[in-house]
Amino acid sequence: MADEILMGAYICKGCGIGDRLDCGQLETTATRDGKAKFAKSHDFLCSADGVAMIQADIDSGETNHVIIGACSRRAKVEAFSFQNVTVSRANLREGVIWVRPDNDEANETTQEMADDYIRMACAESKFQQVPKGSGEQPLNKNILVVGGGFSGMTAAIEASAAGYPATIVEKSGALGGVMAQLNKRVATKSPYADPEDTTVADLIAAVEADPNITVHLNSKVTKTAGAPGRFDVDISTESGATTNVSMGAIVQASGMKQFDANKLTEFAYDKSDNVITQLELEALAKEANGGPIKRKDGKEVQSVVFVQCAGQRSDKEGHLPYCSGFCCTASIKQAMYFKDANPDVDTVIMYDDLRTPGAGGEDFYRSGQKKGVIFTKSSVSTIDASGSDLTVNFHDKILNEDQSMPADLVVLATGQEPNSGPDPYAVPMEMDDDASEEDKQAATDAHEVAINVESILNLDYRQGTDLPHLKHGFTDSHFICFPYETRRTGIYSAGPVRRPMDSQQAAIDATGAAMKAILEVENAAKGAAAHPRSGDLSFPSFRMEGCTQCKRCTVECPFGAINEDEKGYPQYNESRCRRCGTCMGACPVRVISFENYSVDSVGQQIKNVDIPEEFDEKPRILVLACENDAYPALDMAAQNRLQYSAFARVVPVRCLGSVNTIWLTDALNSGYDGIILMGCQKGDDYQCHFVKGSELAHTRMSKIADTLQTLNLEEERVATYEVAITDVERTAQLIEDMAESIEKIGMSPFKF
Amino acid sequence: MSNLNNQMVNKYRNDFLKEVEANVEEGDWVKMCMQCGVCAGSCPMGPYWDHPPQEIFMMIRAGKREEVLSSTSMWMCTSCYNCIARCPRELPITHIMHGLAHYGKRLGIAPKNQPTLKFSQKFWDNLMTNGRVNELKLGIALYFIDGFVQGIKNALAASGIGLGMFKAKRLDPMEILGGHSVKDKSGLKAMIKKAQEIEEARISGNQ
Repeated sequence: MADEILMGAYICKGCGIGDRLDCGQLETTATRDGKAKFAKSHDFLCSADGVAMIQADIDSGETNHVIIGACSRRAKVEAFSFQNVTVSRANLREGVIWVRPDNDEANETTQEMADDYIRMACAESKFQQVPKGSGEQPLNKNILVVGGGFSGMTAAIEASAAGYPATIVEKSGALGGVMAQLNKRVATKSPYADPEDTTVADLIAAVEADPNITVHLNSKVTKTAGAPGRFDVDISTESGATTNVSMGAIVQASGMKQFDANKLTEFAYDKSDNVITQLELEALAKEANGGPIKRKDGKEVQSVVFVQCAGQRSDKEGHLPYCSGFCCTASIKQAMYFKDANPDVDTVIMYDDLRTPGAGGEDFYRSGQKKGVIFTKSSVSTIDASGSDLTVNFHDKILNEDQSMPADLVVLATGQEPNSGPDPYAVPMEMDDDASEEDKQAATDAHEVAINVESILNLDYRQGTDLPHLKHGFTDSHFICFPYETRRTGIYSAGPVRRPMDSQQAAIDATGAAMKAILEVENAAKGAAAHPRSGDLSFPSFRMEGCTQCKRCTVECPFGAINEDEKGYPQYNESRCRRCGTCMGACPVRVISFENYSVDSVGQQIKNVDIPEEFDEKPRILVLACENDAYPALDMAAQNRLQYSAFARVVPVRCLGSVNTIWLTDALNSGYDGIILMGCQKGDDYQCHFVKGSELAHTRMSKIADTLQTLNLEEERVATYEVAITDVERTAQLIEDMAESIEKIGMSPFKF
Repeated sequence: MSNLNNQMVNKYRNDFLKEVEANVEEGDWVKMCMQCGVCAGSCPMGPYWDHPPQEIFMMIRAGKREEVLSSTSMWMCTSCYNCIARCPRELPITHIMHGLAHYGKRLGIAPKNQPTLKFSQKFWDNLMTNGRVNELKLGIALYFIDGFVQGIKNALAASGIGLGMFKAKRLDPMEILGGHSVKDKSGLKAMIKKAQEIEEARISGNQ
């Protein structure tokens, strides 16, 4: 019978486990307490022989729930991955022998620790099932690219080249976007000396010649419903004609908006035609076509000043606080337009910090210097446009003096702003009651700006119409850990909508996003999760008769994966789900579970720990550690042979967001003396792999004090920490600290 | 303003950077400075300079012609080559400093009472007399560089050293009568004259 649970426990004696622990007793524990059908020991379980032994038992139908008492679940993953059975790991090496001293005094508690981990693994195994995958969507190789600029076209071409048909939706009447407005682009090839062709014409030609790329011009995405593998997308033209398509994944390359230079009144942009932005100079240079560049009034430009960081890297009201990263090299390129046509034209670049990122950036800067472009470290205060020619007033930062300089033309290096849709999570900034009316109004205005923009994707999601923002309106992505992932699975942002960038970076970005989209298309067909639980086939389901339609899961899901039906019941869209379990942690009636991860699979581990009587003076500390950072940190602590209390029992969780408060209440009720929760860093610079999980957990735990009070327990018994993967020593110390404070406040009275 | 100086001002229409590029030894490197300030931080004489090299380069680009060429800064350079060794842009800073000093001197706008300049002139004149440096005469000339009274004081203060050198046969008092010269004095002078002609031709070619 396939559904019958046949638990087989395998204890490894290698790596010193056999020397330090009584493996015979562990076998007894597995069969007697853990109710395993059988238990076996092996001298070297991860060897070919050991693995073959387990596989043979699986093949002969002896076991379908494998329990392995060996090293950490993060070690020997390949060796211990068996098909069509559940695998539970009891961490006897990193979790027990490596963190405990080897002496007679310690041996008793060390053995107890190991016994508990065996009981916990058996309990987990009992409540796990093999995930089957949902089969909710077939393989749908179509990739939708929103935006037909440089990034969008690159993404479409890359997807198509890999065999995935792409559809480009472009709101304007032509492909090319901002890059098509440029005369030339910054050098991309050695010796990085001269401006190069933008290659936009080649890209457009490649897109148009590709039978696998469909282009919708003058069009917008008016509805996006469904999930990866089955996105149901309406593409509407200006005239109102709508095409409905089914897409596997989406790349949002909606590009950038130029900063509004009219805000820069000190630079007289609004007063003079001779103060222009970089993009406007590109038009003049295009017109000149290699000849002398002329101003709007027809005068040949003899002297030009470039003002860097115009309206950016500034904390002034309405300015951009960040560096757009492309403008220094762009100004060098534009100064070359003048110098290449006529070396006698005076070109001065006024910069504060010259930043020329990229492989050839420094060479390009040097090439500009060789061509005679003058670089002045200075801050421009005002531009006087009262005459026909301009006077640039600036402070020379090297010579420390105020100066002025005449110029025929001034070019402002303004920054990039993302062309994002409204932020689903935009909330007006919280204001104190005594804040001035003006401040309150400013906060409201800022909020209006964040939400009063046109939607780009028109997502038919419970949580808003577009990709969530991170900072300054750029779409959320984790710079270090997963730069292409957004908080909407299967939708990837690329190009300057993600962060400010130039065309070379955008090309790399678009390629990356196309690859992620392809990966997600394939994942969705298998029913497998995307990063960080790549390949996980389990997905959340709920017991409808228990659900109270409280909507907490639909609101708290960090990825907006859950919709609501008309009755208010949650609708899981398995391929949007990242399997963090935040919904499971949120559910007050505990009806949500995964096949291999549930309130029971963790709750039973907690309950199956042996709680000694109060007078044994053997406390129990429950450690719920995030499997992404905290658990690896504890493993590393073990590898470094750092020691911590033998009374700690560590349970890895998918994310601290998946921690349901029932686990804590049950643990406290059953006599645990202390509980430690270790999650990732939350907040703006979050390191949480599921973005909001750690934050939500911290919020929930801030309310645990009430529970403790009703139980008449000390507040110190529950502690929540933000831990990074590098906090190796700290994680061990946190456990020690808890052991110490339990010694001070005494044992829990709830031991029965 | 000297005649040569006038000519230069007219010729380069206040574009001092171009003037430096055309006339100063290694002057075409000036535009390559990226204002990092490593030279200024590396110079052992730094505290005594009005303007460290970094600033001099910026002043050249800003067109501060008089201020640069009449500055004492370049004359403070002791050719330790620390700046050249450290410049991330590989500018031959020491050479440029000497080039600028030389150019200012040639135009007649170098600082008048700069001791290095005065000593250099004395050294050159002394050397050119016999083709060899007459140490006694050079030393005495150096004592009296700041006037007669100061010269006597300097000479008396150093008399012990002089006596010691005389005893050790490192100083010959007879050298005061003219001293010995190189073997082919006229040949040397002809050689120097030719070199000066070539230099003049180069300069006038630039003008």
